[in-house]
Amino acid sequence: MSDIIAYLPLIMKGMLLTVEVALISLLISVLLGMLGAVAKLSNSRIAKGIAGIYTTIIRGIPDLVLMTILFFGGQILVNNIGEKMGWEYIDVSPFIAGVLTIGFVFGAYMTESFRGGILAVAHGEIEAGYAFGMNPVQVFVRITLPAMVRHALPSFGNNWLVLTKTTALISVIGLQDMVYNAGLAGGSTRKPFTFYCVVAFLFLIITGISEIGLRRLNKRYSVGVRKA
Amino acid sequence: MDIRIIIDNLPLYFEGLWTTIILVVSSLGIGLCLAIPIALLATARNKWISFLPKAYIYFFRGTPLLVQMFMIYHGAGQFELVHESFLWTIFKEAYACALIAFALNTAGYTGEILRGTIEQTLFGEIEAAKACGMSVPMVYRRIILPSTFRRALPAYGNEVIFMLHGSALAGVITIVDLFGAAKIVNSRYFVPFESFITAGLFYLCLTFLIVWGFKRAERHFHAYLRPREN
Amino acid sequence: MTAPVEALKVESLHKSFGQIAVLKGISFEANEQDVISILGSSGSGKSTLLRCINLLETPTSGKVYVHGELINMRDLTSGERRPVDRKQVERIRSKLAMVFQQFNLWAHMTVMQNVIEAPVHVLKLSKQEAKERAERLLNRVGMYEHRDYYPAHLSGGQMQRTAIARALAMEPDMLLFDEPTSALDPELVGEVLKVMRSLAEEGRTMLVVTHEMGFAREVSSRVIFLDEGLVVEDGSPDSVFDNPRSDRFRQFLTGTLK
Repeated sequence: MSDIIAYLPLIMKGMLLTVEVALISLLISVLLGMLGAVAKLSNSRIAKGIAGIYTTIIRGIPDLVLMTILFFGGQILVNNIGEKMGWEYIDVSPFIAGVLTIGFVFGAYMTESFRGGILAVAHGEIEAGYAFGMNPVQVFVRITLPAMVRHALPSFGNNWLVLTKTTALISVIGLQDMVYNAGLAGGSTRKPFTFYCVVAFLFLIITGISEIGLRRLNKRYSVGVRKA
Repeated sequence: MDIRIIIDNLPLYFEGLWTTIILVVSSLGIGLCLAIPIALLATARNKWISFLPKAYIYFFRGTPLLVQMFMIYHGAGQFELVHESFLWTIFKEAYACALIAFALNTAGYTGEILRGTIEQTLFGEIEAAKACGMSVPMVYRRIILPSTFRRALPAYGNEVIFMLHGSALAGVITIVDLFGAAKIVNSRYFVPFESFITAGLFYLCLTFLIVWGFKRAERHFHAYLRPREN
Repeated sequence: MTAPVEALKVESLHKSFGQIAVLKGISFEANEQDVISILGSSGSGKSTLLRCINLLETPTSGKVYVHGELINMRDLTSGERRPVDRKQVERIRSKLAMVFQQFNLWAHMTVMQNVIEAPVHVLKLSKQEAKERAERLLNRVGMYEHRDYYPAHLSGGQMQRTAIARALAMEPDMLLFDEPTSALDPELVGEVLKVMRSLAEEGRTMLVVTHEMGFAREVSSRVIFLDEGLVVEDGSPDSVFDNPRSDRFRQFLTGTLK
């Protein structure tokens, strides 16, 4: 018990990092997701193609493998370019690699969530927007987007929950999140199970808070909805 | 980009491929067997009965697979009971630890899929079955479960893919699966792009195979949903 | 003295969906203050006709003049037609307000928000002005007390009356009604027809696609009957109902034509 208390600061520091990575990755994934969804629903074959390849590859390869490729490979790539440009050796921090990778990966899942959400918007409401003389941008921003949020929320929420758990993988590329620190603590005290339990518990808290928040969001966005 | 190294090491990759396939199939099999009773108990109206399975599902879906795996692989040794008994022969093996972790994990996710699907069984179909005099076990056996498996097919297909992707974690604890093979090649020849992209391609092919397989299964089992072909 | 410009002129309108020809050459004119009921059985093309006027559907050929202004179309190499100037279309649409069969209120906005949305964002009114206009109109249709409700909490009749207020808020030159009461329970039809009737009595120019014979007969100034994509009857309600020229319309009246 005293061991847990002694190492708690270390674990909590790791938890902070975990949450940071999760939130920043979420932001990146939402941006990529919107881009991807619009691309997939557009009339441009090129845009559709690129977005299609993006989502297919991401959903076909394990996150861990993608993360490793981007981390190690990215490091080399940045330095190859750096050599040619005459820069000094740039160290791609595991933080950036982790955040970019997770953001990139979940951008693909968000693309599908947002695409599904947009498709689910009642066509009649969109038509009404056009019928009243709105231009396409107005229709998208004032009508489609707000209506889409409600439809995409469950899928979005699910992606968020998976994302928070995926952040654990960054411990494998050396980022000192709470899983990594639990490993350290467990190693020193010969009580790895105890510390991984603590970490599991903390993840459950993150998940639990997220689910409460999502339920509230769902309620708020369902105000204008007819229950089936 | 040095492809020669990859080609020379293909045997290693195939060894990894085989390990991955066996690991995934075994985990899914065990997990499914566990998931059915878990799901059935979780749908019980009695709160005492449904509590444990629901807690199980909540734990395994709410924590990362990596943590679950570490708890077993690194953590089992913490307990004397495990250390000093025959159990240690199991728990000291990375492969066994991975298998146990994966199986328990997929049991949780699959349990949740089945639970949700069972609860969505149309009440009218159950009533009709009872009205002809079927006993409760028979209603489950002949109506609810067959219907559940058909309806859960798409969601289960996704879970199979997630399990495939999750299995890459085995490479983190020294197992020579696809990811592990790539790690070995990388550490020997310093070719991170080539080694891991190759592993990625293998996974991509496996994923396509699974997707194709489930599409065919859905076409067969969802025949009753298609419009009549006249 | 020059002739007054018609509110609407439709010339040889054709519309096909792929191989299926729905409108096979419609021509008619509407003057200010006309209340025209467009009748026809399902598949006769009446909704399509209305939707071609505000370009929710693109006519395959033919011309549409709104207040003398031709909506310019061009042919694409793919054989499709597109409006030449999107801004022209948007401007014209803002003067032709439409009331839909399925109401099509924006579900994530309240009644009040629905009514002020287009005036603020398309007509560029200030929110204050738009609100004042909305309050007047909601009072008019009897929805003022419900102005903060969401569509999901309204009955069909309430939703359609809101939709009418929404259309009126654009101060349109002409109102287009696409089967406004077809989706309503019989008890709720009356309240909507009452509002429409008062609009007609006000002197509004209205194009109403409808099944309601009573409205067509008593409220409209003109009746057009469409059959298989062509205008078969066009005249005052009395002349059309009492002395139909075509057998089709006779059949329609007696209900044998479904």
